[in-house]
Amino acid sequence: MKPAPFDYHAPRQLKDAAELLVRLPNAKLLAGGQSLVPMMNFRYVIVDHLIDLGRLDELRGVAVVEGALRIGAMTRQRDLEFSPEVAKHCPLLAEALRHVGHRQTRNRGTIGGSLAHADPAAELPAVCAAYDATVHALSVRGIRRIAFREFCTGFMATALAPDEMIAAIDLPIWRLGHGHGFHEFSRRQGDFAIAGAAALLDVGADNVVRRAALTVFGVATAPLRVEAAEARLAGKPLDTAAIRAAAAAAWLIEPISDIHAGGDYRRHLAQVLSARALNDAARRAGVEA
Amino acid sequence: MGKQATRVIVNGKSHARVIDARLTLADFLRHELNLTGTHLGCEHGVCGACTVLVDGRTARSCLMFAVQANGCAVTTVEGLAPEGQLSVLQQAFIDNHGLQCGFCTPGMLMTLTELLRDTPAPSEQDVREALTGNLCRCTGYAGIVAAALDAAQRLRGALAKPGSP
Repeated sequence: MKPAPFDYHAPRQLKDAAELLVRLPNAKLLAGGQSLVPMMNFRYVIVDHLIDLGRLDELRGVAVVEGALRIGAMTRQRDLEFSPEVAKHCPLLAEALRHVGHRQTRNRGTIGGSLAHADPAAELPAVCAAYDATVHALSVRGIRRIAFREFCTGFMATALAPDEMIAAIDLPIWRLGHGHGFHEFSRRQGDFAIAGAAALLDVGADNVVRRAALTVFGVATAPLRVEAAEARLAGKPLDTAAIRAAAAAAWLIEPISDIHAGGDYRRHLAQVLSARALNDAARRAGVEA
Repeated sequence: MGKQATRVIVNGKSHARVIDARLTLADFLRHELNLTGTHLGCEHGVCGACTVLVDGRTARSCLMFAVQANGCAVTTVEGLAPEGQLSVLQQAFIDNHGLQCGFCTPGMLMTLTELLRDTPAPSEQDVREALTGNLCRCTGYAGIVAAALDAAQRLRGALAKPGSP
């Protein structure tokens, strides 16, 4: 359980990190290390060079920019969990973070690392999918903005080019007073979810849904937006029947089967958890559905 | 290949070494500094036995390379009782049957040290949630939770008493 030898680099400037990533063969970026280091210990991953992003203070922090919450890629999950900006503008993220690993791993783990790792059962990619996040990919060529819809390209695969790293994530801010809900099922607290659902609802004073987002995760190679559910909600009055009909759209997904759960069970969970997430979102938006 | 000069402050004392980049913080503590109180169970971030404080926050020392801790202040279980006098939490473990084989205990103590510092009046649920990242294969959780709640109460009592340290 010891990683293979490698050369270690800890750049202090972002441009140095980008240059190292171009120049060094068989190099990998180290963010919080809570997924990469176990894989290195198991020697699933063997690198010649490890580029530690931990000394790049410019990759840390949270700010409101252009109507979005801009989060530095190296911001620790625990700092986001207790960030007043996150609680105010993107409460879905704060709620989801309580399900991410354990306190000890959130102290080290980062949002950028979780997205780059792109585990299909991870919470943070699901939240980014619900918000229609934008990923800022940095390289020596500059910054490229990637819509989250195009970011996950397959099982633990992303649209990042080999010379690109995540610099920041933009989460578009929903109207104050919108509702959010997050539910997942795992066998133990802190485990990866067998399935989960994240919901956002913007409901007008007339009780009509102005905007809806529903993401299920853990069921496919990447988080899935349930567009059929969103279509059933948007522009219509919100009540129990509407939520039930929307959650039922989660039946349409084609889930994966693996040693943790069969596809049928995942489909069942996706529907139940979608209903719970939407109910929470409705309640927080001021609707007793 | 990959040698790095690294300086880490452990339990208040500065240690400088030239080490392999691939050396985990846990192995650095155990093999370079002979601080064997930090235990290694799974070495892939599941069991929590190797939990230490890095700049005051818990971290799994098997999931950190020692070079990442360059310039950081690390506290291990040895740092909880520097003069041989047990901390309030350690004494509460003894009094509440909070350990059996003792293998998970160092990690449990570090996790709970952070919890009690940040949350002086935790509920039982708070304690259980904090401990989800630490496995006890003797399954002695009831005693551990009781010890944490007892320690929290004793620490609050010490704070309330005027003139106490």
